[in-house]
Amino acid sequence: MSKGFLYMTELDLMQNFRSRWFWAYSLLFGGFVAIMFLSGITESQIIGFVGLSRLMVTFMQVSMAILPIYVLITTVRSVVGDRESNVMEYMLSLPISFSSYFWSKFVSKFIVIYVPVLFALIVAVIWGSLKELDIPWNLFFYYSVLLAALIFNFLGIGMFISVIAKSQEIAISSAFILWLILVAFLDLLLMGLMLKMRLNPDVVIWGGMINPLQVFRTGSLVLFDPKLTVMGPASYYVLDVIGRKAFLILSIVYPFFLGGLFAYLGNRYFKRNDII
Amino acid sequence: MEDIPVNKKALISAFELFKSFNNTKVLKGLTIDFNTGDRIALIGQNGAGKTTLIRCILGQYVFEGNLSVMNKNPRTEHEELMQHIGFIPQIPPPLKMTVGEMLEFFSKLSNTDKQEFIEIGVNLGLDIDGNISKPFLKLSGGMKQKLLVALALGRKPEILLMDEPSANLDPEARKIFFNYLSNYDKDALMIISSHRVKELENLANRVVEMDLGEVVLDKKF
Repeated sequence: MSKGFLYMTELDLMQNFRSRWFWAYSLLFGGFVAIMFLSGITESQIIGFVGLSRLMVTFMQVSMAILPIYVLITTVRSVVGDRESNVMEYMLSLPISFSSYFWSKFVSKFIVIYVPVLFALIVAVIWGSLKELDIPWNLFFYYSVLLAALIFNFLGIGMFISVIAKSQEIAISSAFILWLILVAFLDLLLMGLMLKMRLNPDVVIWGGMINPLQVFRTGSLVLFDPKLTVMGPASYYVLDVIGRKAFLILSIVYPFFLGGLFAYLGNRYFKRNDII
Repeated sequence: MEDIPVNKKALISAFELFKSFNNTKVLKGLTIDFNTGDRIALIGQNGAGKTTLIRCILGQYVFEGNLSVMNKNPRTEHEELMQHIGFIPQIPPPLKMTVGEMLEFFSKLSNTDKQEFIEIGVNLGLDIDGNISKPFLKLSGGMKQKLLVALALGRKPEILLMDEPSANLDPEARKIFFNYLSNYDKDALMIISSHRVKELENLANRVVEMDLGEVVLDKKF
C-alpha cells in the first residue's frame, strides 16, 4: 500500500467526516431507527416476525430505497467533479499514483457511507437489548454484510461512471437512468414482462437476477421469508434453481463481484486515458 | 526506455511529441530539451500549447511520441517522478482541506518539515497562524496563490513548473516571489508559463515561444 494512498484516504475521510452531508446522512439513518422504535414497529407483525427482526426487515427495505441512488449520486461526481474543478490537476502533480488516487476515493467513500448504516443497525441492537427484545444475531450479521455488498456494488458502478463521464451533468444523468432501469426491472415488472411477452420464465428470472437491486431485495427477504412467498411466482424459479442457502451466498458475493469489476475497469480506464 | 531517442542528459527531453484533442493537434511534433539550470520563460498566445506541454510533463495527458522527464516516463513512473517536481497552477483548485491539513499532508507526502512551507508562506506575507483552520477554498485569491507557492518551493524540487504563477499575487508578494526564484537552487530547472514577459526578464535565461503547438523561438541568453 503506497504512502499516497494512505494519506489521500486519510485526507478524504477527514473532509467527509467534517462535511454537513455526512452528518445529515448519519442522522437520517439514526433517526430512522429511532422513529421505528418510537412508532412501535417492533410490536407489529409481518409474516410471523415481530420485535427487532421486524425492525431490521423494514430497515433493509428503506435502505434498498435510499442507498443505491444515494451512493450513485454522491459517487459519480467525485472523479469527474475533481477533474472539472482543477482539483485533480493539482493533486496529481503530487507524488500520488493514479491508482492510489482512484482507490483512496473508493475506500473513503465506502467507509463514510457504510459506517452510519452499520452504526444505525448496532444502535437498533443496543436499543433492542435495553428493551429486553430478542436479538436476531443471524439477521444482524447477514444484513450488515448484505448492506456492505450493496454499497460496494453501487460504489464500483458509480466510480466507473465518474471516470468515463465527460461532465458532472452527464455523470448524474447516467446514474439516474441506470437507477431507473434497475428499479424498473424489479420483480413486479419482470412478472408483467413474462406474462405479456410469453418469454421463457428462466430467461426472465435470470435477467432479473443480474440486477443487483433484485439480488439485494431477494437476499434481504429470503432470511425471514424462506419460501419467498411475497415474491409470488418468481420465488418458485429462484428457490428451485438455486436453493435458499446458495442464494444467501450469491446475494453477498455477486454485488461484491460486480462492484469490484466496475471499480477495476474504472481504475484501468483512469490510468490509461487523459486524467484531465 | 532504451529505444527512445531522447537526450538522457536533459532533465526533460521531448522528441516528436504530439497531443491531439478530438482530432485537433495541440502539440505538433514538439522536439525540445530542457536542461539543468535552465530558467525558461515559456511564452505564447492562448492555445499555443503551453499548458498542454506542462500537463504532458506532469503525466496527466496521454501523448504520442517520446517524452522523458529525469529519464523517466511521466505516465508510468508518475508517483516517483512527482517527488522531484513542484507545480504551481494558474487557477488555485477549490480544495476543501484546511490550511493546517494541507501543510500536514504535503509535509508527510514529500518528507519535508512543515516549517519549510511556513517560512516561505510567512515571507510572502501569508498569515498562516490566523488561517490555519480555514479551508483553502475560503482563502482570498492572493492567499491561495501564496500558499501554493510555499508548498511548491518548500519541497525543494529539481524541476519547477509554473503556469502563470504570479497572476493572483499583489505587487509586494510578486517581488518576494521572484526574489525567491532568483535565489533558488541554480541547478534546478524552472519552466514559467506567463504572459507577463517583462516580469521574467531578470529571472529567465532562456525564452521558448510556442505557437499553434510548435516551438517558434528558442533563445538562450
